[in-house]
Amino acid sequence: MHPRIERTLIVMPALNEEESVAAVVAEVFAHLPGVHCLVVDDGSTDRTAEEARAAGATVAQLAVNLGVGGAMRVGFRYALDHGFDYVVQVDSDGQHDPRSVIDLLNELDHADIALGARFAGEGDYVVKGPRRWAMVVLARSISYLAKSTLTDTTSGFRASGPRAVRLFAAHYPAEYLGDTIESLVIAARAGCVIRQVPVSMRARAGGVPSHNPLKAAAYLGRAGMALLLALLRPRVVLSYNEATS
Amino acid sequence: MNISSYVLGILAALLILAVVIEMLRRHRLRERHATWWLFAGVLALVAGIFPASLVGAAKLLGVELPVNLVFFVALIILFLVCLQQSSELTSLEAKTRTLVEQSALQDLRIRALEDASSNHTLPPVDPDDSAR
Repeated sequence: MHPRIERTLIVMPALNEEESVAAVVAEVFAHLPGVHCLVVDDGSTDRTAEEARAAGATVAQLAVNLGVGGAMRVGFRYALDHGFDYVVQVDSDGQHDPRSVIDLLNELDHADIALGARFAGEGDYVVKGPRRWAMVVLARSISYLAKSTLTDTTSGFRASGPRAVRLFAAHYPAEYLGDTIESLVIAARAGCVIRQVPVSMRARAGGVPSHNPLKAAAYLGRAGMALLLALLRPRVVLSYNEATS
Repeated sequence: MNISSYVLGILAALLILAVVIEMLRRHRLRERHATWWLFAGVLALVAGIFPASLVGAAKLLGVELPVNLVFFVALIILFLVCLQQSSELTSLEAKTRTLVEQSALQDLRIRALEDASSNHTLPPVDPDDSAR
């Protein structure tokens, strides 16, 4: 067993994922015995919470939909309250392979945040067009901020170490794209070390990402605005309490 | 138009933009609520710096007095902002209702738990203690 597993919390934000959530939770427990798994049911209207609970996960049910950012903040606060030092975010739709969690946790030897990156040579996940350009621009800018080569900054597959968990429990943004872009900008500017780990991702269980060029262009615009705003905002400083770990 | 009214127009537009951006920066305004205000600020800035663009747009749309186009666009933007606020209010009310329901149902569950536990496991309350 990995030495960090017992102090690791797997957080899975889930919105109407009754078909996949039980299988993903089961897979997490199969590959990571001893880990604690928290499914944050983000106001689902189907049987997501029941399915996750039956599969053995702890389930936090949000009364109203808060988005991925709000759901993750619940996860970070739960981790802090219950003494977990490491938080790994895993999607509940099965696109993240739980076996890669070990690679992410290993990377935390040298980093506060380990990003599971799709374009780093593993797997067969392809994104094209303006959405791809947006990802490249974001990756370049955030790499520059974090002084580390990052190629997939919109990845939702990431592990946070003790410093990052304390930072995020207080400052995880709930804005649009805050869970991906702004959270990294906040962490980089607070002095957290961000590294990426190549992981393979599977095609999403339900449907494919949209390739509507208008939507992709809107995404480019909003992502750019989110990045700009994150940079304009005052820097978050890790307090003494948060910085000692 | 003289130079002072030209400068005034630009300054007013810059002030709008500065206030909106500063509020965004301090988390006093969320991005989704700021979109229309930013749009209005940018339009005002463009019309302020290049008054000819306003005259041109008025001519293109068949509006005789350019200033009427300003009033029209301003009215439309205010209308849209107002509509967005109403829609946000509606969704906030729905969320509050959900939260209140959740709170009432949780209260019932806690009471049921309290009843169950006071009947069986908890030691009886000390009468002296409760009298004080």
